[in-house]
Amino acid sequence: MTVLEQPGAYRPTPPPAWRPRVDAAPLLPDAEPYRLLGTSAADDVSPDLLTRLYAELVRGRRYNTQATALTRQGRLAVYPSSTGQEACQVAAALVLEEQDWLFPSYRDTLAAVVRGLDPVQALTLLRGDWHTGYDPHEHRVAPLCTPLATQLPHAVGLAHAARLKGDDVVALALVGDGGTSEGDFHEALNFAAVWQAPVVFLVQNNGFAISVPLAKQTAAPSLAHKAVGYGMPGRLVDGNDAAAVHQVLGEAVRRAREGGGPTLVEAITYRVDAHTNADDATRYRSDKELEAWRGHDPIDLITAELRRRDLIDDDRVEAIRQDAEAMAAALRERMNEDPVLDPMDLFEHVYAEKTDQLREQAAQLRAELDAEGQEDRENEAQEGTR
Amino acid sequence: MTATAVETARKPATMAQALGRAMRDAMAADPTVHVMGEDVGTLGGVFRITDGLAKEFGDDRCTDTPLAEAGILGTAVGMAMYGLRPVVEMQFDAFAYPAFEQLISHVARMRNRTRGAMPLPITVRVPYGGGIGGVEHHSDSSEAYYMATPGLHVVTPATVADAYGLLRAAIASDDPVVFLEPKRLYWSKADWSPDHPEEVAPIGRAVVRRRASVPGGRAATLVTYGPSVPVCLEAAEAARAEGWDLEVVDLRSLVPFDDETVCASVRRTGRAVIVHESTGFGGPGGEIAARITERCFHHLEAPVLRVAGFDIPYPPPMLERHHLPGVDRVLDAVARLQWESDWTEGSVG
Ligand SMILES: Cc1ncc(C[n+]2csc(CCOP(=O)(O)OP(=O)(O)O)c2C)c(N)n1
Repeated sequence: MTVLEQPGAYRPTPPPAWRPRVDAAPLLPDAEPYRLLGTSAADDVSPDLLTRLYAELVRGRRYNTQATALTRQGRLAVYPSSTGQEACQVAAALVLEEQDWLFPSYRDTLAAVVRGLDPVQALTLLRGDWHTGYDPHEHRVAPLCTPLATQLPHAVGLAHAARLKGDDVVALALVGDGGTSEGDFHEALNFAAVWQAPVVFLVQNNGFAISVPLAKQTAAPSLAHKAVGYGMPGRLVDGNDAAAVHQVLGEAVRRAREGGGPTLVEAITYRVDAHTNADDATRYRSDKELEAWRGHDPIDLITAELRRRDLIDDDRVEAIRQDAEAMAAALRERMNEDPVLDPMDLFEHVYAEKTDQLREQAAQLRAELDAEGQEDRENEAQEGTR
Repeated sequence: MTATAVETARKPATMAQALGRAMRDAMAADPTVHVMGEDVGTLGGVFRITDGLAKEFGDDRCTDTPLAEAGILGTAVGMAMYGLRPVVEMQFDAFAYPAFEQLISHVARMRNRTRGAMPLPITVRVPYGGGIGGVEHHSDSSEAYYMATPGLHVVTPATVADAYGLLRAAIASDDPVVFLEPKRLYWSKADWSPDHPEEVAPIGRAVVRRRASVPGGRAATLVTYGPSVPVCLEAAEAARAEGWDLEVVDLRSLVPFDDETVCASVRRTGRAVIVHESTGFGGPGGEIAARITERCFHHLEAPVLRVAGFDIPYPPPMLERHHLPGVDRVLDAVARLQWESDWTEGSVG
């Protein structure tokens, strides 16, 4: 007789019954990215929305080429172009109500501009006259965020705070595929789901993090699948189909607004330009791949739809092209003016009130500037006499 | 604040109680003040500093967050962007490190980045320092990291009254404040009541805790803060027997730094010893010594000395007493200040 067979011996009880906390099935993304353009469902998209998306895509493309050109002229230190990704940028900006907040990453200048931010102010960070510099409250656009994924918890906190105050505010946060590997991505999604915060995460999966392809970034079936682990729905959408991105984001924003909590949306798109103007994309991707994506261009997709439904003609196309051209010309002109900088601003916004130490340092710089000015004036006077 | 006649009388209170009371009073006075962190709700924090806040103000105002420091501080950033005043508790010094990126890249810079349009009034409470027999990661003195980051205020109380006053000031500040709580002093007691507004310390002002009675002669200034303040006060008492008359300056605020109070004292005494637990190399003492030397060189009768923790990872609990600067080490340093009489070439470390 073993010990366990003796009368009164220890008998293990079965563990308490386990049940999943929520049904995982409704959270799972579809097997295929959701598409609208070119399908029969596109008939239901309002003509106004289609033409608006189209016009913004054309302007957005032009904005990207203009900003890239400005880097070549030395007017911008760097520009991470969103060419190829304009559908995500435009839809993200247009899906929000005025009181909502957009949390862009460093690549999302265009989304900020479409939301209403002054195009020149949106380029402050990249020109180098200040670190973003604009007032985020003005258009409810958080500062373009350079450290990857760190803006995501901000979006969650803001959305949470707004809900605590009883305000109808949704936050939409943008992140790249590489950014989803960061801890802040994980923590933000987890907080959002636990708090049921009214926030929507849009992953622009453009295939690469600088040079690193998605396969080296994650082993997940899709990035949208990650949502399930946090207890929020994941949606997959064709990121070049502006109408589809707008619709999927629209549903997610509506859900958040109605108290349904966060959603993770993965948009499958492609970064047609290099990572930035400073990058050599030929080192890590093939022309063949690039050409395949060029064949699935966001502007072409929507143009075909507009033509099919007879919502646009050559005159209208030309008018929109000219409008984009005028926007680019205005941007070029304004960016070619040298920004007027006051070095004393360096000390102005470190604290609400300058510390004694900063006051001393400000006085030092003031003196240096005065001496420089004096020297310049003397040199000018000498030149004049010569 | 519901000040009753009973509360006005000063009663024995611990620093832990004063800190809790500061948050309670701040929350009662301002509905935008939110306390958040790990275990701060039902449990009242592992040190019970937030005890009772969730009960009084509800889960929404005193929130048990998921266990993720970057997430806690990162969401606090968003909350502050929307007009709240988050008071974030980091459970222990070394567990604040996951939140460093949010602290340094965003909390410290948001005001600057937005040209003043978006200040972040966040208070980050960090229990810090050793002497409580904690296992690894429970005793770090991380103040130098915070001090090296422009945009942050860094304060640390050493008395019960300052714990209350400085925390009220930190929560009221429109700038982010890293509020370092010397956990070794959590249970130190003083006769205290929150109803003495004169005890609300301004951020950025040091205080002379002990005056040298005979300026000149064998006088020196001990510059210190947080957990080392009681050590220095004790050393100053003991030094009397050796004929030394020591001033003790409690910095209270590491950023902004109160050069005025420190230098006024050093000019009176002519000598300075800086005392802190944090490592000496790259530690706060180097910065303080440089500031004193730059400003008071001609008043100095001896080199500025430092008594700091060794330059080692914080030791295991059974060895920490060998690491922490104690009264004897402070007195040894004071003895080395007798520059004129027995300081000989080569005796400096
Ligand atoms: C925390 C952090 N690490 C590294 C970088 C440098 N960096 C800038 S962009 C980038 C790749 C980002 O890829 P992804 O998130 O896919 O966004 P995409 O550039 O494709 O829009 C890297 C590594 C950074 N900005 N932040």
